[in-house]
Amino acid sequence: MVIGSMIESIKNFFSFTAERVSEMGNAIQKPEGEIKLEVKDLNFYYGEFRALKNINLKIPTKKITALIGPSGCGKTTLLRCFNRMHDLYPGSRYEGDIIFHPEGINIANPKIDVLDLRRRIGMVFQRPNPFPKSIFENVAYGLRVNGVRDKKLIQEKVEWALRASALWDEVKDRLNANAYSLSGGQQQRLCIARAIAIEPDVLLFDEPTSALDPISTSKIEELIMKLKDRLTIIIVTHNMQQAARVSDWTGFMYLGELIEFANTQKIFTVPSQKLTEDYITGRFG
Amino acid sequence: MFSSVAHKKILDKLMLAVFFTAGLITIFITVGIVYVLLSDSIEFFKEVSIKEFLTEKEWTPVFATKKFGIWPLVAGTFLIAGIAMLVSIPLGLLIAIYLSEYASVKVKEIAKPIIEFLEAIPTVVFGYFTLLFVTPILQKIVPNLEGFNSLAPGIVLGFMILPYTASMAEDAMKGVPQRIREASYALGATKLRTALTIVLPAAVSGIVAGFILGASRAIGETMVVAIAAGMYPNLTLDPREPVQTMTGYIVQVALGDLPFGSIEYLSIFAVGLALFLIAFIFNSIALWLRSRIREVY
Repeated sequence: MVIGSMIESIKNFFSFTAERVSEMGNAIQKPEGEIKLEVKDLNFYYGEFRALKNINLKIPTKKITALIGPSGCGKTTLLRCFNRMHDLYPGSRYEGDIIFHPEGINIANPKIDVLDLRRRIGMVFQRPNPFPKSIFENVAYGLRVNGVRDKKLIQEKVEWALRASALWDEVKDRLNANAYSLSGGQQQRLCIARAIAIEPDVLLFDEPTSALDPISTSKIEELIMKLKDRLTIIIVTHNMQQAARVSDWTGFMYLGELIEFANTQKIFTVPSQKLTEDYITGRFG
Repeated sequence: MFSSVAHKKILDKLMLAVFFTAGLITIFITVGIVYVLLSDSIEFFKEVSIKEFLTEKEWTPVFATKKFGIWPLVAGTFLIAGIAMLVSIPLGLLIAIYLSEYASVKVKEIAKPIIEFLEAIPTVVFGYFTLLFVTPILQKIVPNLEGFNSLAPGIVLGFMILPYTASMAEDAMKGVPQRIREASYALGATKLRTALTIVLPAAVSGIVAGFILGASRAIGETMVVAIAAGMYPNLTLDPREPVQTMTGYIVQVALGDLPFGSIEYLSIFAVGLALFLIAFIFNSIALWLRSRIREVY
């Protein structure tokens, strides 16, 4: 095996690697402080295909958790478990538990109220996907969906959400313009405004900057770091520098397994797993 | 088969000529139709003024006192097309929403060809189905419904144009990118809300284009109305009475033994020209709307 021989060579190169192998049990660390989401022995299937294998993981409250790993490792699949987006497509199946604290709702339980769950766990997608409606209506949509009728309240919330996503100054004079008249980066910030307008507890980001230029990317990253004060964030990213820059905790996934989960600083400086180290140092990916 | 380069070149040129001729024939036929319509209509309007054609309220070409007011035929045409749209728009929308947002792949694979198969049924079959099956049933429900009427053919036409209304609406809704639906679901919206407030408005230009093409088809439809609507040019909006449509009149006159060049003979070209213009306007609107489907999202 190529990976096997690579691991072997790295082992020889770093003399202290042998010690780390003994730390295998510590590969999945537990964040200190309050926990928002707790994944217990999660297996996820697309039909017969087992896309997630025995995932155990605790997501800390009001922190940014990054999920990294090569394409097809299951990081987006795991992310989409948290708001049950998989329900939209037939043939998906959960085994195990995903506990949503503090109420202790089991997200993996097919009987829970998915609509309410999605109101509390929002999502920002890989490519900006505003509705073909006005800027204002894009942000107001989530409020209307959740039964807000009061026009003044909607207006206030829309303004608040646009300010919180650093878009207000750019769009305040053209709230009735079509959302697609905005640039890609602005569209993505609009999608963030749309998601936070209903004040979710958790916000899921699925490679939110992969379709954006570097300047828009840094704006989105700043915004994500600011949002941490208000809510719990999970971000899937291909970009390791991004994970290192924005996140507090990082999970490395490979072939449907969570290989390592630790403090971001630790995982990027002294990873306990050889696979993690190989990925981070660019030996594969 | 191995042929020389020169051989291939000759074949190439020959095929080009064949394709070019085929294209040319289509253009000639279209131009020819317009020419015949126009030239015979001009002959007609030499004897009947355009003013009479557009202001007279009676159409009595076979009476002793001939009157040529197009409105009874236009009224009959639009009455039937209107009834057809009243049936086809709600039904088409419901079918389209169901197929695009709710139905499983299996249901879709069966249902869509069945709807599109309606187009393959000869319209004369629809005509006799209307006259001998639908009208007798309706007569039991609707009081004073005559044997020939506009209600029954209108309803049947409404089903007949479902390939346009339902199928094109479904295509337009299917064209709305999945990631826009996902955005709606991710905010906690239900399937119904997503379909009605996100997908439907996003697809509206394609849906309306389908409706207009359907209406255009209903206006131009001939056999069903010729068989089941009657032969009586009648300026009425009462769906229970017999009427005559523009196409129905053309069939009636074209089937009779009329002296070539007589005023009745020429009148069908004037009616045909009017019909052509109406259909042309409808199709142009539909095409314009369809080009707007390519909106960015």
